[in-house]
Amino acid sequence: MSGYAAVFSARFRMLLQYRAAALAGFGTQLFWGLIRVMIFEAFFASSSHAQPMRLDETITYIWLGQALFALLPFRTDPDVSQMIRTGSVAYELVRPVDLYGFWYARAVADRVAPTVLRAIPMMIVAWLFLGLRPPASWECGVAWGIATVGAVLMSGAITALMTISLLWTMAGDGIARLMPTIVLFFSGMLVPLVFLPASFQPIVDALPFRDIIDVPFRIYMGHLPPSQWPALLAQEGIWLAVLIGLGRWFLSRSMRRLVVQGG
Amino acid sequence: MPQILVENLVKTFRIAERQPGIGGAIKGLVSRRYRTVKALDGISFSLEAGELVGYIGPNGAGKSTTVKALSGILVPDSGKCVVLGHVPWKDRQAYVAQIGVVFGQRTQLWWDLPVVESFDLLRAIYRVPQPQYAAKRDELIALLNLEPLLDVPVRQLSLGQRMRCDLAAALIHSPSLLFLDEPTIGLDAVSKLAVRDFVRRLNRDDGVTVILTTHDMDDIEALCSRLIVIGGGHILSDGTLDDLRNRVARQRWLILDLAQAGVVVEDPDITVIAQDGSRVTLAFDPAMVPPAALISRITAKYEVQDLFVQNPPIETIIARLYGEAQ
Repeated sequence: MSGYAAVFSARFRMLLQYRAAALAGFGTQLFWGLIRVMIFEAFFASSSHAQPMRLDETITYIWLGQALFALLPFRTDPDVSQMIRTGSVAYELVRPVDLYGFWYARAVADRVAPTVLRAIPMMIVAWLFLGLRPPASWECGVAWGIATVGAVLMSGAITALMTISLLWTMAGDGIARLMPTIVLFFSGMLVPLVFLPASFQPIVDALPFRDIIDVPFRIYMGHLPPSQWPALLAQEGIWLAVLIGLGRWFLSRSMRRLVVQGG
Repeated sequence: MPQILVENLVKTFRIAERQPGIGGAIKGLVSRRYRTVKALDGISFSLEAGELVGYIGPNGAGKSTTVKALSGILVPDSGKCVVLGHVPWKDRQAYVAQIGVVFGQRTQLWWDLPVVESFDLLRAIYRVPQPQYAAKRDELIALLNLEPLLDVPVRQLSLGQRMRCDLAAALIHSPSLLFLDEPTIGLDAVSKLAVRDFVRRLNRDDGVTVILTTHDMDDIEALCSRLIVIGGGHILSDGTLDDLRNRVARQRWLILDLAQAGVVVEDPDITVIAQDGSRVTLAFDPAMVPPAALISRITAKYEVQDLFVQNPPIETIIARLYGEAQ
């Protein structure tokens, strides 16, 4: 097992211990999910226009979102933030590993573990009682699985970039306030992106955030035809390369100017 | 070729100066004055394999900066540095696989994991083959008496326990060079002795080169065959502890507990350094007056309840050295 896999597995196992957090998260997601469903039901009941997504599709989208909420890159890696604040990051630098890969592995674990804990029970409950539909076809199901892996990688790359920014700013408060808003909105978590005004579409389509929520969900529902999949995959690949490249570049630059303060 | 070669190492830091008060804070928003601090101002030394060197100096002298540069964490402004055939900050990944580092004020163990899992993780990170790892781990567990601590999460360990685990963690990959940055800071007497004992054995039996920074005189006396003193970014002295003593001051201290407080001790060969109630600290030069003669002279003249002779604390010697340098 390489160091990267080892740190992933350690972090993953540690996060799986947080049963209370998972239970609380489940309750919260359920509550918000119900509210969001009610809002959209009211919206569809009062609207006479044709909407870009049907109500049953929207409900599926909402419950998928509630189940996979923890995938969103909301926060920096708490352990690395702590290390940067206390200076223990010095120890990270004396490891014979590629630091970016190391932090990326942690970031991915940080996304996957809580998601696994919450997503499975939420999807079962939503499928049984709350109107979550199965994938449109088995092809859509497989493509959704692949897109979700892509979403994890994307979320990890964004988290890693946020974490690396701490090497400049020290305190993650600014990032921690800013990112949730950006991520919630541009990923489609707040409102499915197709409901946004037409003038917004080119922007949200160009940004990488939709690959975490909107794209996988619409693939699941069969809302995005297979003919578009290769282009979507290509765009996601480019964004991943850019974000990882940027993270690596920032990290190597900050290593050169890094000062670990204190004795 | 020495194991460590450092030539003319320079590192400066730029520090934003802040003026006190609200006015100063507001002024600082508009224009900021910077002050450059030379943490290292041309440091040169070399080390052979198997040495155990104390690297000491007052706070802010540049000790940790040197250790950080040597361990590849910090990129110096200029100067040459070759350790184990590598330039530390250039090929960091290949280089750090061969060194061990302990920063006494921080821990490298995973806070939430049991100690033994941290070791397992480090094994994976350093890619130590399993049989070699098992042997090394068991050896370290036995030497540092870690058996009862292995399943305890790191956050529950006491400082002394944690330091023993940290030492083991730094050695899982059998490095040939070990940096110890204040390894005994904050430890109780028993833990200090355990750490010292272990470091001595490591150096003697396994031939590991050790660079030790510390403020603890006893660490140095117990361990170091060679002492490098640094102050204000310069090397002030490089040699054995006795060399340093003889160079700076061949002074020794005689500490008396008198029967009565407030008695003034007088003798031509002594100077009174401190008097606190019945405790008097005297300084004398053992080359001028044999300690035995001085003690019998003083005990004959004054009523002494207890006495002991000691070397002046390292801080005093360094402070004097530091004073000379300025």
